[in-house]
Parts: sequence; structure tokens; C-alpha cells
Amino acid sequence: MPEEEKDQQLDAKELDRRSFFVKLGLGSLSIATAGTAVFAYQFLSPNVLYEPSPIINAGKPESYPLNSVTLDVNSGIYIIHAKEGFFSLSAVCTHLGCLTAWKPELGIIACPCHGSKFNQDGQKIEGPAPRPLPWYRVWLSDDGELMVDRSTTVRSLQFLRV
Amino acid sequence: MATSANYFDQLRKTRVWRSIFRSGTGTSTLRRSLVIQQDVFLHLFPTKVRRRMLEFSVTWYLGSLTFGMFVILVITGILLMLYYHPSVPQAYADTKDLQFVVSSGLFLRNLHRWSAHAMVFLVFAHMFKVFYRGAYRPPREFNWVIGVILLLTTLLLSYTGYLLPWDQLAFWAITVGSNIASAVPVFGNKIHFLLLGGNLVNANALLRFYVLHCVILPLTAILFIAIHFWRIRKDGGLYVHASDSGSAKAAKEAQ
Repeated sequence: MPEEEKDQQLDAKELDRRSFFVKLGLGSLSIATAGTAVFAYQFLSPNVLYEPSPIINAGKPESYPLNSVTLDVNSGIYIIHAKEGFFSLSAVCTHLGCLTAWKPELGIIACPCHGSKFNQDGQKIEGPAPRPLPWYRVWLSDDGELMVDRSTTVRSLQFLRV
Repeated sequence: MATSANYFDQLRKTRVWRSIFRSGTGTSTLRRSLVIQQDVFLHLFPTKVRRRMLEFSVTWYLGSLTFGMFVILVITGILLMLYYHPSVPQAYADTKDLQFVVSSGLFLRNLHRWSAHAMVFLVFAHMFKVFYRGAYRPPREFNWVIGVILLLTTLLLSYTGYLLPWDQLAFWAITVGSNIASAVPVFGNKIHFLLLGGNLVNANALLRFYVLHCVILPLTAILFIAIHFWRIRKDGGLYVHASDSGSAKAAKEAQ
């Protein structure tokens, strides 16, 4: 029966058209979803941050006496003048980001939040902190002032001789 | 009493009343269930409730009390928003003003804080009660899932609200909390950055937490609370175990 065959062909054609539009619809929907995700991610990530500069001017090296550990609360760094020279440690605990404090009577750096302890070189003594305190890059500016870059860590025990 | 009830009946027959409430007058079971069924708020609830479901021992009213806390928090929260600017360092000064300058500000702030504590406690108490009574079992298992979402929403509301006073406690609590988020594998630092809108707990973080606390999370909570209530109706009402119903006990004793 050629008539019936023709009908069946038409049916198959119609189904094809429907599935084509379903695929087209789902396809454009998934492209739109992906676009929305990218848009949302880009919108939620600020392009300009009004955060303090990572570079700190710590002043004249002479203002730090030998064998002293000085905490700068605002920038979260230690300026340490050891007998080998100057260096700077992050004062931010590597556990959950609390500000640590230098305990002169014990000669250690201690975190008030969860009890991590570090020695003067930033090495971990105990506590939940997973890593030692990082050493920051330190150099002298042209004016002879001590500069610290909080965005650049260096290997430990790299002292700056003045 | 009789006359005031009469006046109410007269009022319910007026054209204006009937235009608002379609359910009509009368105390037949049908009329009374229509009142529930035809109201946008009440239709979330079952049209018929067994008396023993409403007994104190069945639920200790923990879910209703939690919802009561939520209502108090929404009202006091909106009032606190009228004096609070989510900016640095104004936020801290505004919190101080609310405590020492604004009339009833101290009362509203304390009410908001204590209700928040009470809500977290009541959510846990409600979940323990549901768990130990076995009320989470089928057909109520999906409502337990909604409940877990509401628990997380409640905890996130507490966490985001904690930053808003912008004091030392707030700052360090959010520093620690957001650093916990960076422990997530692979995406941790990205999540931390998006949550705070920067690398530090700063003006962007305060604003993001404010929007989450005052808009996004309350709307999420309201949506899921509505589903939670509606599911009670759909799952056949509150779960009652024969042993913890007073009337069931009385019926047993009577036998």
C-alpha cells in the first residue's frame, strides 16, 4: 500500500522535526545556561580591588634594634632583626588566618585562635597550623628604607644584611 | 459574646467580605475546610487535623516555635536595617548607635540576637525530636531533606549576620570561617575570593554578607519553609505514634 507508506513517512518526518526542535531548544537552553554561569562568575569577581598595597615601607632599618621582633598590626608582618640580618615574616597564621603575636618571654610566635606556635624563623613548633610562616621578600629602597613585598614569598633563611 | 459573634456573622455576609473570602459562612465541615483550602496562606496547611496531632507531647511545638523565631527575626531585622549602613567603618558606629542612641534600639538588637540563638537551638531540637520519633521515615523522607536545607540556611543566616556589627569578634570570626571555605579542594581559593569579594574581609565582604543576610538567605528560607509546611499536608499530616498520644493512652486504659 503506497498510501500507508507515505503516511508513515510523513509521521517519521514529523517526529524528526519535533525532535529537531527539542534538540534545538535544549541546545540553546544549555548555551544560555553556560553563558549565565560565565556572566555570574565574572560579575561576582571584582576586577578592581581597593585593598592595601602588598608593598610595605617599614622605615629605617636603624629603628629596629638587634635581636628584636616587631609586629606591624596593620600590615600583618613581622620585621625581625637577627644577628644574621633583617627578614620579614607573615604574621598571619597559616591555619585559618588569625593574626599571631610575638611572645618575648617565651621567644616564640603564638596564635591566639587555635594555639599554633612558631619559632622566630617562622618554623612550626606545634599546633594545627599546616605550614611554617612564610618569609617575604625584603629589600632596601633607594632612600635606604626597609621595603617588604607581602605578595612575594622567598625561601627561609635569606637574610638582608644592612 | 453572642452578639459579637452575631455581628461577625453579619459581617461575613456582606458583599465586600464575600468578594474577599469566597468560602462563605456556615460551620459545616465543608465550609470550614473551604476556608483553609481557598486562602493563599492557609492552603499550605491540611484542611483537617486530628486532635492528637496538636497535642504538646507529639511535637513539643518545636517546629512552630522555630517559625515563630523566624517571624521575630524578620520583623526586628527589618527595623534594624533602618539604622544600619553596611559600610566601613560606619557599620560599627551604627551598631553602637543602635545600642546607645536609638530608642528601643538595644531592645530590638538584643531581641534579634537572642531570637537568632534560639532559632538555631530550636532547629536542632526540632530535628532531634523528628529523628528520635522516626518521623523522618517514608512518606516524610523528602520533608527531612527540605529540613536539612532549612538547617543550612539557618546556619548561613547566623554566620552572615555575625559579620554585620563589624567589631573585632565579627572580623576574626569571618576571617577564620572564610578560610575554612578555602579548604575546599581545587575551588577553595576561588570560593573564598567570591564570598568575600576580595582577598581580605573588607568593605566588599561586608556588603556581600549584608545582601546575603538581608535578601538572599531570608528569601531562600521563606521559599523552603513554605514547601516544608505544604509537604506536611501532602505527606498525610504530622506524624503521630500511638504510644505518645494522651488520648490514645486514655482509650487504652478505658478498654
